[in-house]
Amino acid sequence: MPLDQSFVGRSYPPTAPYEVGREKIREFAEAVGDANPAYTDAEAAKALGHPDVIAPPTFPFVITYRAAGQVVADPELGLDYSRVVHGDQRFAYTRPVRAGDRLSVTVTIDSIKSLAGNDVLSVRGEVHDDSGEHVVTAYMTLVSRAPEGE
Amino acid sequence: MAARIAFDDVEVGTELPAQTFPVTRAALVRYAGASGDFNPIHWNERFARQVGLPDVIAHGMFTMAEAVRVVTDWTGDPGAVVEYGVRFTKPVVVPDDDAGTAVEVSAKVAAKLEDGLVRVDLLATCGGQKVLGMSRAVVRLA
Repeated sequence: MPLDQSFVGRSYPPTAPYEVGREKIREFAEAVGDANPAYTDAEAAKALGHPDVIAPPTFPFVITYRAAGQVVADPELGLDYSRVVHGDQRFAYTRPVRAGDRLSVTVTIDSIKSLAGNDVLSVRGEVHDDSGEHVVTAYMTLVSRAPEGE
Repeated sequence: MAARIAFDDVEVGTELPAQTFPVTRAALVRYAGASGDFNPIHWNERFARQVGLPDVIAHGMFTMAEAVRVVTDWTGDPGAVVEYGVRFTKPVVVPDDDAGTAVEVSAKVAAKLEDGLVRVDLLATCGGQKVLGMSRAVVRLA
């Protein structure tokens, strides 16, 4: 059954702040094998003009993915998560995420399309710091594959 | 922001140094922990096969994170990236051995924009197959 179009434009309440720690950034950078000193050495980050260590470009997904869980788990929308795959992902940055940030995400459903029986959901997560300044917006497309035989 | 590459020193077609990134099962387990994405298709072969995959596959976001290193290693400052997007076109299948697989990433300047910005188009392949589509970054150069 196609997803309800009336969900297009729906925003979810901002998430509770996620506090970005230096060691979390280090853990993430090591997990992707990225030795750029801007992620682990505050002095190196400062030499590039950042107030503290910054996070790798895809790190915001850790926070926005969690926030998008509100959409995925919304019983009224009724997405079958076991059939969902990640179609595409884009980030538009005002500045890099950095240690000490307290980030809140506001998730909005931008579009719902039906393509070849698959539900294609475009979701936007706008990330702001605790002074209300925009940090990054993450755009993700989730594709819910049609069950076999339908 | 302090990219070490100057806008005036690049032109459309300028190639960034290509890199090859190994992808092992151990790396996926580690990425699952660091990212919080514990979907079993990324570590459990039995589960992956049950849902119709040939084997365990890498997190798309892991591949996305690797690919952009070609850009951030080039600029020096990861904060120079103002936009980055990809489409996940083919899964990166990771066998259960110590070698795993590898993703090869090349990139070139596709357009010079205003305000010191350039668009870089990336090509990421695994075993000769393109694994990311529409893979693009917009970067602020010095």
